Amino acid sequence: MNVITNNKWIGQRTIRPDGADKVTGRAAFAADTTMPGMIWGKVLRSPHPHARIKSIDTSKAEALPGVKAVVTSRDIVDFPIDKSVMLGIQDMRWMCRNVMAREKALFPGHPVAAVAATSEAIAARACELIEVEYEVLPWSVEIEDALLPGAPILHDFMKFEGKPSNIGGRIEVKKGDIAEGFAAAEIVIERSFATRPVHQGYIEPHACLISVGADNKTTIWSSSQGQFMVRAMTAYLTGIPQSDIRAIPAEIGGGFGGKTIVYLEPLATLLAKKSGRPVKMVMTREEVMRATGPTSGSKSTVKIGATRDGKIVAAQGTFYLQAGALPGSPIRGAVGCSFSPYDIPHVLSVGFDVLSNRSKVAAYRAPGAPIGAYAVECVLDELAEALKMDPLALRLKNAAKQGTKAAHGPVFPRIGYIETLEAAKAHPHYTAPLGKLQGRGVASGFWFNAGGESSAQVNITEDGNVVVTTGHPDIGGSRAAIANICAELLGIDYRRVSVLIGDTATIGFSNLTGGSRVLFASAMVVTQSTDKVIATLRERAAKIWEIDPEAVKWENGAAHPASPNAGQFEPLTLAELAAKAPQMGGPIGAGVQLNTEGAEGGFGTHICDVEVDPELGIVRVIRYTAVQDVGRAIHPGYVEGQMQGGVAQGIGWALNEEYIYNKDGKVDNPGFLDYRMPVCSDLPMLDTVMVEVPNPKHPQGVKGVGEVPLVPVMAAVANAVHNALGKRFYSLPMSPPKVLEVIEG
Amino acid sequence: MTKLHVSTTINGEPAEFLCEPYDTMLDALRGPLGLTGSKEGCASGDCGACSITLDDRLVCSCLMLAAEAEGHELRTIEGMAHGDKLHPLQQKFLEMAALQCGICTSGMLVASDALLQKNPRPSEEEVRFWLAGNLCRCTGYDKIVRAVLETATDMREQGIREFRQ
Repeated sequence: MNVITNNKWIGQRTIRPDGADKVTGRAAFAADTTMPGMIWGKVLRSPHPHARIKSIDTSKAEALPGVKAVVTSRDIVDFPIDKSVMLGIQDMRWMCRNVMAREKALFPGHPVAAVAATSEAIAARACELIEVEYEVLPWSVEIEDALLPGAPILHDFMKFEGKPSNIGGRIEVKKGDIAEGFAAAEIVIERSFATRPVHQGYIEPHACLISVGADNKTTIWSSSQGQFMVRAMTAYLTGIPQSDIRAIPAEIGGGFGGKTIVYLEPLATLLAKKSGRPVKMVMTREEVMRATGPTSGSKSTVKIGATRDGKIVAAQGTFYLQAGALPGSPIRGAVGCSFSPYDIPHVLSVGFDVLSNRSKVAAYRAPGAPIGAYAVECVLDELAEALKMDPLALRLKNAAKQGTKAAHGPVFPRIGYIETLEAAKAHPHYTAPLGKLQGRGVASGFWFNAGGESSAQVNITEDGNVVVTTGHPDIGGSRAAIANICAELLGIDYRRVSVLIGDTATIGFSNLTGGSRVLFASAMVVTQSTDKVIATLRERAAKIWEIDPEAVKWENGAAHPASPNAGQFEPLTLAELAAKAPQMGGPIGAGVQLNTEGAEGGFGTHICDVEVDPELGIVRVIRYTAVQDVGRAIHPGYVEGQMQGGVAQGIGWALNEEYIYNKDGKVDNPGFLDYRMPVCSDLPMLDTVMVEVPNPKHPQGVKGVGEVPLVPVMAAVANAVHNALGKRFYSLPMSPPKVLEVIEG
Repeated sequence: MTKLHVSTTINGEPAEFLCEPYDTMLDALRGPLGLTGSKEGCASGDCGACSITLDDRLVCSCLMLAAEAEGHELRTIEGMAHGDKLHPLQQKFLEMAALQCGICTSGMLVASDALLQKNPRPSEEEVRFWLAGNLCRCTGYDKIVRAVLETATDMREQGIREFRQ
């Protein structure tokens, strides 16, 4: 496929189709809708980190005036432990136990029952009246505790190497012969690192409003990263067929991976079914922090060997990631992405999924990859220091390029990693002078990106404008990019293209908004749909002109006779052809559904400057430049926005954010005051450099851009802190108490 | 328990509502008043998504009791544009991609408007500290700060001191 150049709309900073609604408060997010007769649902949650549920008595709650329904795990479809049922990357055995505790409550905040009542206050009171008899069990939260001999085992069925274990899985990536590789090394550096669990931190708490008819016909209004995921998971967990469920995507107030699974929808569906009333459920911030997300805390060890001239000959990584109380940590990202920016002959990368009594992790922006990159990119910084090499020069010397066989398997096509390193090196930031107690660090990162299923429908309206429907919730501006592409192909003003997100009844199956796949995949289906529309328009013009359709070209929003008929007929515009549609064969529109392929990985290289306050231990980021191979920036404003947003999240992860557990195994900081995400005054401007190396497998050259920007950040900040202080940190966050501890030695 | 009857002014128009004594202003706005542009992100005054003004003072409506609105004048995101004419801040946010998911946007705009009313010539640092009570998890704040600074310049150059009707 040829990448279109000389574009009119692709690459323009157009106004997003959903923009006016979002700056006027008109956009409807999950919690913004009501229905006549609506009642309120609330969840009763376990106070214990680990407890067998011996009995649940809901009779007092049910007797409370105003209570309309109560559900427990008995109402949810069971998925027996011994049979895996996969939905995408999620196993329904774990999902059914995550939305409601079955045999055991596995973390503080684990749902135990749910109530629907005529007011939130009555529902909350009813929850207090539910009597749960628990047998409290020993628990562990931290990785090292969960792996100790004699540690409390969360699940009897889970075995590792034949013995009961909290290790839920192991994966390995291998290339060459690691022993041979290290034998050839002249310098070897091995370090161990720790990161804390961090939350995705979306500002919109999970919420839904659900109505179920007497015939089971169900309408779900909720915000998620995939209305089809909501439909499928709710169907699985309630037993209602997918065809009876219409999942309508509300505007979504941030997800970052955390809204790729359901929490409330199955409970609200069952409550609505039992009560015969529409049920609304909205989580509090505390519930969000205790029972949803976050991503894993980790322990890792990385060993890298090189020759004196800076050629990396061997690399080994071992990554232990917290899964939460049910299997499924993002070890694939840590194991598979960490070494991929480099051409290394011998690699062994191993990951372990470690269960403990905390909430089940959910995806978070390039799941696992930032954890791996933090360790690898910090070791590379030490290696560059030991070799007296510039850290970018070390990376350039070992950079993966077209033809490199990546550690995780594939042979790279044309990629832009080297371009990001060169752009970083040439950037004025890299050579700007630094002051006292200031330091500079660099780091790179890689993410796989993703393709997968997407559907689109492109319809021409009777007045000659365009409505595009896709199946992906738009979190960060994908509608704006789709409008640019469709307008470009049709040769019309982008304001004539309306882009909507269809619900599960109005558009074909589309996979999640996640993995940095949405624009890659939806641009493909929208392009093919628009091409079909253009083919129809050309045929109709040919019929009117009584010439061959091949002799009609589509340009600037109109059909033109091509040679040999060029100039013989007046062009027929989109509006003219739309007006003639009823006489010319009917409505004009086309839909395409694909399982898209050809998503290529993305690379970024970041430069970070920090200043350390040695009295208070505060690290401030004072300058930041993110360079990324973005493929093709369809809407540069929202590409930059993805880069800046990822960087800000990474700075939070590096410097402040962490789950703090108390001695009872409960999260002690379940709110935005104590779980300290970056605020506006914490950050400098975040500079971006978009390197465009088009994806050869995509009609517009698109590569996913959302995940990569989080991957290098923690290492870039850590390397900058080392550069400022001359001391290295091997664990996150580099928060004031820890910084003071290291400064004071 | 009898509900309280509250008479107030919202976005320049008289408004009346009933509330429980413990209801927050945000509950009243989003519930009986049907003004869902103000969002609840935390209910503890930490995220600023519910920002409104009370007699021109910027407040988190989740920290204000609904009954306190009696006799006062409130402004919310719904009162920021004039019909289909957007406030210069709203227009600039769109032009500069200063929003991604949009959940913090109402609060950001209300807070930024309150800043420019008070200080038509803010420095970057003043913008950053003024908006430090408004969490955004999508943008890294860069485009938001730039949009506020550019709007301030535009409004000064065009002599717009007061956008309100």
